Amino acid sequence: MSTPSSGSSPARITSEVVAKVAKLSSLQLSDDELALMTTQLSGMLDHFADIDKLDLSNVAPLAQPFPLKNVFREDVVVAGLDRDEVLAAAPAAEDGRFRVPPSLGLGEQ
Amino acid sequence: MVVGLEVHVELDTKTKLFSASPNRFGDEPNTNIDPVTLGLPGALPVLNKQAVELAIRLGLALNCTVQPSTFHRKNYFYQDMPKAYQISQYDQPINIDGFMMLPGDVRIGIERAHLEEDTGKSTHIGGTSGRIHGSDYSLVDFNRAGVPLVEIVSRPDIRNSDQARQYVAELRSILLAVGASDAKMEEGSMRCDVNVSVRKPGAEFGTRCEIKNVNSIRAVGKAIDYEARRQIDVLESGGTIRQETRHWDDSEGRTHTLRTKEDADDYRYFLEPDLVLLDPDQEWIESIRASLPMLPAARRAQLATLTGANKESESVYVIVERGQDDYVSAVAQAGGDAARALVYVQQAFAEEGVTPQVAASDIATLTQMERDAKITATQAKTILSEMVANGGGDPVALAAARGFEALDTSAVEAMVDAAIAQQADAWAKYCAGEEKAMGALVGAIMKSSQGKADGKVVTAILQARRAK
Amino acid sequence: MTKPFATVVDIAADIAAGKTSAVEVLEQHLARITEREGEIHAFNLVTTEQARATAQQVDADIKAGKPVGPLAGVPVALKDNMCTRGIETTCSSKILEGWKPPYDATVVTRLQQAGAVMVGKTNLDEFAMGSSTENSAFGPTKNPLDTSRVPGGSSGGSAAAVAAGFAAASLGSDTGGSIRQPASLCGLVGVKPTYGLVSRQGIVAFASSLDQVGPFTHTVADAALMMEVIGGHDPLDSTSLPQPMPSLTSVLGQGVKGMRIGRLADMPEGCEPEVLARMDAAYVALQAAGATIVDIALPSLSYCLTAYYLVAPAEASSNLARYDGVRYGMRVEANDLHSMYGATRAAGFGAEVKRRIMLGTYALSAGYFDAYYGKALKVRRLIANDFAAAYEKCDVILTPTSPTVAFPLGDKTSDPLTMYLCDIFTIPTNLAGHAAMSVPFGTGAHNMPVGVQVLAPALGEQTMFRVAAELERAS
Repeated sequence: MSTPSSGSSPARITSEVVAKVAKLSSLQLSDDELALMTTQLSGMLDHFADIDKLDLSNVAPLAQPFPLKNVFREDVVVAGLDRDEVLAAAPAAEDGRFRVPPSLGLGEQ
Repeated sequence: MVVGLEVHVELDTKTKLFSASPNRFGDEPNTNIDPVTLGLPGALPVLNKQAVELAIRLGLALNCTVQPSTFHRKNYFYQDMPKAYQISQYDQPINIDGFMMLPGDVRIGIERAHLEEDTGKSTHIGGTSGRIHGSDYSLVDFNRAGVPLVEIVSRPDIRNSDQARQYVAELRSILLAVGASDAKMEEGSMRCDVNVSVRKPGAEFGTRCEIKNVNSIRAVGKAIDYEARRQIDVLESGGTIRQETRHWDDSEGRTHTLRTKEDADDYRYFLEPDLVLLDPDQEWIESIRASLPMLPAARRAQLATLTGANKESESVYVIVERGQDDYVSAVAQAGGDAARALVYVQQAFAEEGVTPQVAASDIATLTQMERDAKITATQAKTILSEMVANGGGDPVALAAARGFEALDTSAVEAMVDAAIAQQADAWAKYCAGEEKAMGALVGAIMKSSQGKADGKVVTAILQARRAK
Repeated sequence: MTKPFATVVDIAADIAAGKTSAVEVLEQHLARITEREGEIHAFNLVTTEQARATAQQVDADIKAGKPVGPLAGVPVALKDNMCTRGIETTCSSKILEGWKPPYDATVVTRLQQAGAVMVGKTNLDEFAMGSSTENSAFGPTKNPLDTSRVPGGSSGGSAAAVAAGFAAASLGSDTGGSIRQPASLCGLVGVKPTYGLVSRQGIVAFASSLDQVGPFTHTVADAALMMEVIGGHDPLDSTSLPQPMPSLTSVLGQGVKGMRIGRLADMPEGCEPEVLARMDAAYVALQAAGATIVDIALPSLSYCLTAYYLVAPAEASSNLARYDGVRYGMRVEANDLHSMYGATRAAGFGAEVKRRIMLGTYALSAGYFDAYYGKALKVRRLIANDFAAAYEKCDVILTPTSPTVAFPLGDKTSDPLTMYLCDIFTIPTNLAGHAAMSVPFGTGAHNMPVGVQVLAPALGEQTMFRVAAELERAS
């Protein structure tokens, strides 16, 4: 993935990049889907390039509408979910736990 | 070598970081679960105030600055990650810029200590080694998912494996002292990741490797020494160090590759929209600071002053670690000899806990008896064992019952002279400079005195005689 | 303007007064469902038996003299992205088909406590991503006023249910206009509250900093009542506003005398002429009622679409990552974990959802974050600043809700960008977190309804409802 300099948007998105994004998103795309997705995302990103005109150097980002702070919960146990009910809704369960196929790579721990 | 440590500690709260399920180790799998823990659609996190309190306690105890902080999502897919993102702290963590002192006035900087949620736990079933590769499937338990963690990141100020072990041990003591965590590496409530690189003295830092699965203080030392050696070997044979994460195999005593930097995830950190700014006010922070107990370093210094021992000596460390320094203090306050009390408590009180049953005043008496040479050191030790075994006792009565009394100096002098006369060969050798010859003389005197001669007194008299 | 169906206010009053029973009212609504649901497809699930049980309980309670809530016996429908305990909640996606939540959303609990009778879960664009309900994995919903046309989206099913008389009111969710736009296209009142006024707990998240829940009703008074029931602080939602829920029903008659109504000096292109004509009529009506019109500018308006279509997919890409086949929902088995993820999500998500996940992941990814997501958040600040400046000069702003009336099915499905343009007037409010509502105000092309959007600053609901009530009187 070629990395553009911070702040400037690349002109289009390549299918190599789209393939990497699909992997990051855990979405298996067929070759046709990959090609269509590349075209559609390219078109959208071209459209979204309109914000490149704006001078945003002195603008602070707004991630949440209102500056709330310090919302807490007391450290008191509240009854949770019933294991049997939850595991009954699971795609696969065994021995009181969720069953999944083995991971080839490794997670964090 | 250059070492940095990342230590994750589970906070000792009743409930999880963002939901009200119990924070408990060892329960049946998936019995401490709720919509937030399982990442069910529509579930929202709400921050546990007690977790914040403990994080601040911990931060202040590590001399950190407590600042307003935000939460971010760290996005990656794994079976023990129920939302496929972990709520953590990124560029604005709650605690920054702290430090810890190690023996020898070594200062280890602490870059940050931030809040984040723990993951679930996977068990891998099938496969030959029980490790992931080649296993048939995995089972996941989400009891641990959402448990509050603080990740403590040291600066790369550690220079050898001893320091690393001291750092972890001291960190543990501090955590226990402030009540933030029970810090049990064997239960996973304290976990260490070690970053190791090597360089020629004075050169720039080399490429570092992260080592995971280091599950005891001992393993911290071994892993560091192995990895440093490995890296040096690679460099000396003309190779380069690849930046990667490695796995410590304690049974084999080596590290091996887990994943390289190229395999590393792009976590796409962004501000957690479901949570709001954490901005503890100064009043809260100061009240926490005021409520902190005396920390281990200060307690050791205090104990050292009281007993005359070196603050970095093993006995001082052991006593403070056990929480028995208050007891030694009490013995001193009751008129006892503090230095002797330190020795007694270290030797005999390993199982006694923070509040030993034996009355401090009685130990005080015992130390006085030895100090005033009414009993020998060996006799004192025997009485001490008996007192501990019985949960108390009057040392004077116990000494009398066993017929313990130290011989006075003139009696001992007579015995020494008698021994010199009887063991002329040994005496001659000793006078000629053979220190080992003293053993025979001392042995004879102890035997004939039936242990009532104080060994130290005997030795002193022999040395004085020789000097003449 | 007389409404073809009984209102929430009237139903609640009649039941409480003993003029009719909850069971009777319910059966009327169920009859309409039986008659027209086949052609309209407003619901993913009609909960007939549970509804009857609830209605019977309401009648029993009233008979026994027990106190009942302000919505006792009122049939309501819920968008199928709101968790209902033990009742399927699918978000109109295959990946959640058959999933029954083990808990209720807060708004669901509040409706239950108020005595409302839930008749069913309504269809939506999959995971609330769309403006026509054509992105549903279970087939589109039709506009009850003209079944060749869309009801709007993403809350198309909730709008259609009320427009067709299947429910007296319904709840939808609005992230970029998904309540207001369908309300406009179906001739209903639709409210997007100030962000944080209504709890998001139990609402399946699309874009967490933009999502809000609000009602569809026939009248402004009904909407006020619904808002008072569902709104207010929830300790289970950290973004829930601490301020008390303002009273809305009590201000409806206060009129607009002396109010300053903002009018966009620079209108975006693409509005149908009839829509613009209705807007003019709205301004005239408010002036006649004593308000003054003030020209205002929102210079960043044209960039809002871009900002929204970077911020919302970014948050969505993260919110939808949990659908991985591990703990609930659909799973496509595979030999290894990551293949299982890839195959499950490929099979479980529709095209629009995948597109937005991809766009969002890209906008957040290393090397592109500053150029896309980072910039979009700054544009968001600009629009918030623009609104702040505008609200110095006016009390509310009026715009069309939608540039067009309801369009034919299939009209905008070939190019995603065309569909996105439906939301040009609604998106800015979500970005700023303010309140806005759509009020039906006559008809436009093809005799289809036109909605006027009233925008108000944060927690400006009382002002907003006063203006809405005046428009309703004039419509």
